[in-house]
Amino acid sequence: MSDLNINQKVSEMLQRSEANAQQDEKTFVRPEDELREVVAPDGSIIKINPLYDYYSGERPQEDKPKNAIVEKFLNWARSESIWVLGFGTGCGSIEIPPLVTPRYDMFRFGVQMRATPRQSNAFIISGYLSVKTLKRVIRSYEQMPSPKYVIALGSCTINGGMYYDSYSTINRLDKYLPVDVYIAGCMPRPEALLAGFGELKRLIKEGKGEKANEYARNFDEYKANQKKIIKDWNMPDYNW
Amino acid sequence: MINSFLGFKPDRSLYPKTNAEGKLEIDLSSHQYTKLWLGPNHPGVTGNMAMELTLNGDEIVEGKTHVGYLHRGFEKLIERRLFVQGFPTSIRMCVAEPDTNEYLIAACTEELSGYDKQVPEMAKWLRMLSLEMARLQGLLRGVPGQAGTFSLGIGVQWGTYLRDLILDRFEELTGARVYHMYIIPGGVRGLLPDGFKDRMEDNLKEIDQFIIKIRKLIFNNAVFKTRAVGLGVITPKMVDQYGIVGTNARAAGVKRDVRKDNPYLFYDLLDFDPPTATEGDVYARTWVRWQELIQTVDLIRQIMAKMPEKGEIRAQMPNVLNWRIPQGETYVKLESGRGEYGLYYVTDGSDKPRRVNLRGPSYTHGIALLEDMLVNTNIADVHALMVSLQVCPPEIER
Amino acid sequence: MEHARLQLVNKLFNDRPKSYKYNLFQMKLLIDRLTQHYNLTDYKQQRHNLAFVTVDKQLSPDIITHLRDYEGFSHFVLLSCVDWIEDDKLQLTYLLNQPNHKYEIGVRVLIDRKNPEMVSLHKMWKQIWTYQRELHEAFGIIFPGSPRLEENFVLEGWTEKPHMLRDFDTKEYAERTYFPRPGRTSNDPATYMREKLYPNQPVTAKTNKND
Repeated sequence: MSDLNINQKVSEMLQRSEANAQQDEKTFVRPEDELREVVAPDGSIIKINPLYDYYSGERPQEDKPKNAIVEKFLNWARSESIWVLGFGTGCGSIEIPPLVTPRYDMFRFGVQMRATPRQSNAFIISGYLSVKTLKRVIRSYEQMPSPKYVIALGSCTINGGMYYDSYSTINRLDKYLPVDVYIAGCMPRPEALLAGFGELKRLIKEGKGEKANEYARNFDEYKANQKKIIKDWNMPDYNW
Repeated sequence: MINSFLGFKPDRSLYPKTNAEGKLEIDLSSHQYTKLWLGPNHPGVTGNMAMELTLNGDEIVEGKTHVGYLHRGFEKLIERRLFVQGFPTSIRMCVAEPDTNEYLIAACTEELSGYDKQVPEMAKWLRMLSLEMARLQGLLRGVPGQAGTFSLGIGVQWGTYLRDLILDRFEELTGARVYHMYIIPGGVRGLLPDGFKDRMEDNLKEIDQFIIKIRKLIFNNAVFKTRAVGLGVITPKMVDQYGIVGTNARAAGVKRDVRKDNPYLFYDLLDFDPPTATEGDVYARTWVRWQELIQTVDLIRQIMAKMPEKGEIRAQMPNVLNWRIPQGETYVKLESGRGEYGLYYVTDGSDKPRRVNLRGPSYTHGIALLEDMLVNTNIADVHALMVSLQVCPPEIER
Repeated sequence: MEHARLQLVNKLFNDRPKSYKYNLFQMKLLIDRLTQHYNLTDYKQQRHNLAFVTVDKQLSPDIITHLRDYEGFSHFVLLSCVDWIEDDKLQLTYLLNQPNHKYEIGVRVLIDRKNPEMVSLHKMWKQIWTYQRELHEAFGIIFPGSPRLEENFVLEGWTEKPHMLRDFDTKEYAERTYFPRPGRTSNDPATYMREKLYPNQPVTAKTNKND
């Protein structure tokens, strides 16, 4: 057989397999996996495979409380396992390492640090928050599974602290994210942090740790505030 | 064949290709390269910063530092505050060793207003003590932290405990754990409390034990040696090209130490010799820092022995609310745990500074040097390199 | 010839104790040598080991190269900018360090504030492009040819005027953009302290300014 024949045969085979593959795709695509049209952040309408859909138009859903006894049990369990996202957003993060070591030891309260937002349910905003970090904080916060809690550390998160007139840092955190517990001070001592965890536990046990639902309820308001200061918004509205 | 596979060493000169202008040709659509963001939400990154890495396999072909996540605009804020109001603001510029900022601001304002000769002797000794304690607590984080980047976490636990002891002494001396505001223009805020030296000596004895233990733990550890030796080499030629200072320069064999070169306070009365090494890799930098730990403990003992018992601690300063400093500019520097740390201070005759510019060692270590050093290393070594250069992002972006 | 003599002088003085007088003497010699070559418009000895000279904008790359290659100022410390809005000038300060003699010199260059532009020195030291990138963002100074000049440094999506210029009001911007918490008050320290500490004392005319 000459080289030409081989080439011809190979190309025929390739064409056939490609056609098969296309047919297969068509036959086996489930209705929810079909290509769909979405609006990209720049306003254009693009077709996208749902598996690769980073531009989801989904909104956060509110979790309805369950049966009272079940909810009470769940709240007890939640309050005893506060997993904190290890994201040091400001200078307050220097007081986190002492908490992990035996002297203050937050493990005994069921508090521990996790590396990714997917594994954690509490977010410590450690101090001042520049607009550039706020963008990342929002992304990380929205990726955390609900129910989730925010602990605002230091006076900078309450009213801006000594950076009240800075062009780069926000003044009030509760305009952008729902805050469960504030810990005042600059910078707060590790004991204050432990007290803050205790307060958060009390709130959760009483069934008041519902700020994730509040975020879902007032989603438009929070988004409007966030978009007011983050000028180059190049991410989806909700990063689930 | 198996042998050749195990001994596989990629020829790193082949990729990525460079074009005629000397720039890298990285085509992400070729599926040969991956873009990976390390940080800001990453527990291993030193502080809040991000590295944008371009990878081929697990090897880095290009790295870019992204900073600004901690930007507060200090230099702008200080411009609209009185000299004394700018003081508590400015010390928050770097959280790792805040006392260095206190001294720099105090020294700059004193020098420009002509009060630098009037600072009492006792105040200078106390300033030195506070600076050395700050260096010690920084090193107690840094030396075991280097092993922590290779997942040797026990040293970090010990070091954090001992750092807490030093913070306790700071609390006793100044009333605060982290931001002390102890060194104020014209002197310091207070004398040593009763029995401070004894309690400090007890802590130093514990740290002595730790120094011996950490030597056994880190420097003879097979994993640490295998990974740290030969990683991130700084040659003496690079020191001036990149403006490398402090322990990073000393580990490369270039003896740069502001305490020796331009002695400030009473550092010329102390007996010490900055440790050096010649290899310039991560192992040598950790080794130099470990020796510096011994030296800092020794320096604190020397200071406590040589300082007078009592004395004036504050010079007679003008009313801080009407304090006007005549027009001038100066640059004051000191040796922090990370290297030369300086402040460029310009006044214009009014009651507020005209311009304040901080020169942190991380500014060059963290951007120009780290980006060049990352090329052709493994992705697992990024944290080790960052920690070994002591990158502290708040002093890059202020 | 000059270069060889300098090397000899450096070698001779290298191991001698560095006293204040010695430093000062060395700096004087340096300034003498510089004035032979260049036209220095201003010179100020700030400390025994720190001096500031002012040079023309066109001359500055020359003099910095001279300092690095012939005077041994091999360590680049800092590039900073001061906004003299009254004179309509921006002042660039290149701070260089001489590691052998342990002294520093600040080269000040005044450039036009309306259309700020300066020669890029990124080929002389490898970290200078970072400073130039920062100054481009903070003061709007253009350094032609400097790598990655247009990239964001510390801010993201900034639409106002460069943030370090004196006429950018950060307080006004913060109040306009962020949400100040109601109830926060700040007092002028002088009046507040007078009211609190000396309520009965009559307000006199402004006291001595330097007191």
